[in-house]
Amino acid sequence: MAEAAAPLLRAQKDVAEHDPTSEIMELQMGPSHPATHGTIKLNLTLDGEKILNCDVEIGYLHRGFEKMCEQRTWNHCIPYTDRLNYASPLINNVAFALTAEQLLDVEVPERCQYIRVIMSEVSRITDHLTCLGMAATEAGAISVGFYLMEARETLYDLVTAVTGARLTVSYARVGGVMHDLPHDFAERVRTAFADMRRILSDCDTLLSKNRIFIERMSGVGAISPEDAISYSLTGPLLRATGVPYDVRKAQPYSGYDRFEFDIPTGTQGDNYDRFSVRFEEIKQSMAIIDQALNGIPSGPIRIDDPQITLPEKKQVYGNIEGLMNHFKLVIEGVKIPPGEAFLSVEGANGELGFYLVSDGSGRPYRVRVRPPCFFGMAALGEMLQGCLISDIITTFGMVNMIGGECDR
Amino acid sequence: MAEADILSHIETALPGTIQEQYSSHGNDVIVIDRGDLPTVLSQLKEQPDFAFTLLLDITGVDFFGQEPRFEVVYHLHSLTHNHRLRVKVRLTEEDAQLPSAASVWKSADWLEREVWDMFGITFTDHPDLRRILMYEEFRGYPLRKDYPVNKRQPLVEERDPITNPWHKG
Repeated sequence: MAEAAAPLLRAQKDVAEHDPTSEIMELQMGPSHPATHGTIKLNLTLDGEKILNCDVEIGYLHRGFEKMCEQRTWNHCIPYTDRLNYASPLINNVAFALTAEQLLDVEVPERCQYIRVIMSEVSRITDHLTCLGMAATEAGAISVGFYLMEARETLYDLVTAVTGARLTVSYARVGGVMHDLPHDFAERVRTAFADMRRILSDCDTLLSKNRIFIERMSGVGAISPEDAISYSLTGPLLRATGVPYDVRKAQPYSGYDRFEFDIPTGTQGDNYDRFSVRFEEIKQSMAIIDQALNGIPSGPIRIDDPQITLPEKKQVYGNIEGLMNHFKLVIEGVKIPPGEAFLSVEGANGELGFYLVSDGSGRPYRVRVRPPCFFGMAALGEMLQGCLISDIITTFGMVNMIGGECDR
Repeated sequence: MAEADILSHIETALPGTIQEQYSSHGNDVIVIDRGDLPTVLSQLKEQPDFAFTLLLDITGVDFFGQEPRFEVVYHLHSLTHNHRLRVKVRLTEEDAQLPSAASVWKSADWLEREVWDMFGITFTDHPDLRRILMYEEFRGYPLRKDYPVNKRQPLVEERDPITNPWHKG
């Protein structure tokens, strides 16, 4: 605010001297605006095209996720988590299941951990491709947008083959995953990745030396590492400032310490670095998937405990214990002992955390999500100060706000 | 510094502030009085032994029917030492207010607005305490356990499209 005050006074003085060109203008951008893919409202104070102040209003997509979860059993919450960040629903599923398992003090079998890692990384790539494709389109490079959507489609085919759905996957369960990978999964991944590599190298050629693109992105919406930490930014937004913080390395979960990968970082903390970090992370995620497919062990995909996971259909129809276990789990839900747990995973946009409180019944007492893009939106006003109106589009694109997650 | 001795270290660095401490599912938890909150939080951030520079989350929990009713929960992470801490403050229903942390972390601004919006817990010296997810006209605090799940407060009167279709005015 202090930086905005000086130009504000100067502009007011100009207005007093009847210079219409430097009149201060209040402009409300949104909540429904074609250039912001998400329902938000920006209350702008403008000096010509220059942004003096930007007040961000969120909440247009609030639907009471946390309240809804309190009314359902633990596994009923999984479909709701799909609708948080719908560009990477598998990561949300896995994060919720992992936190519930931490409350139960159980660990899923190794094969399940591998499957969760593979599917989380596929989701991270689809999320990054969506973000980068949209950002490139909005900056004028529409063909890159189409290419990246094509790449994303090959991955959605993989997701469909595994889960049966493109977006609303509901794949993870407390204590495991829904079902195993298809038998030809490794083959499908190889084909998809061959396409991906070709498309990514095409897009790299189109953008990395493209003067228009670089001038739209470079030096725009920058934030210092200190401010980024103070705003609790995580994920690509924090790593673009040069802070190598990645939950997968700092607090490994689901066996991420088995895999070798780098944490790409930037130096300037501007939109170009955010773009490059995401682009590089796609390649790292592909490397993780390759390693995981090479090392994936055979074995069960869920915990073998009738108190936690559903029995096989043969058991349900074949004997009374199986039928009762099934009934109890479906009607009453998994009984999680009273307690509280906070666990976070590396979401595509940053640290995605769940804080769960259980009272020992089959339903969560309190579900809290730490939505990564909520913090990006809190910092957006400061990122945009002194920028031009056209910079809102690229900066908002790089914050990658997902309404379902930010507003819950 | 190893995970295990954060709690004892806090005890020596900030004597007399910790009301209760325990570990829960891999997280260290301390419960403090709201009067000590500004000092404890800024010390946890500033002191190089702790360096909890990253505020992960602030949230509330409503233990309806228990006393004290509310709990405000802070999750902290240290980038240099890679350790985590959960700080809790317990509040009664009649006096649901506590000091703001917005001067320590910039992200606390929005997080505290959300806690106020959802639970009606007031942060006394907050710079801009207004609703964030709900609209200004909204009455009540939706995440309180005594707020009915099915209650509706539409801004524009709701219309039943079957009995009152748009083309019949």
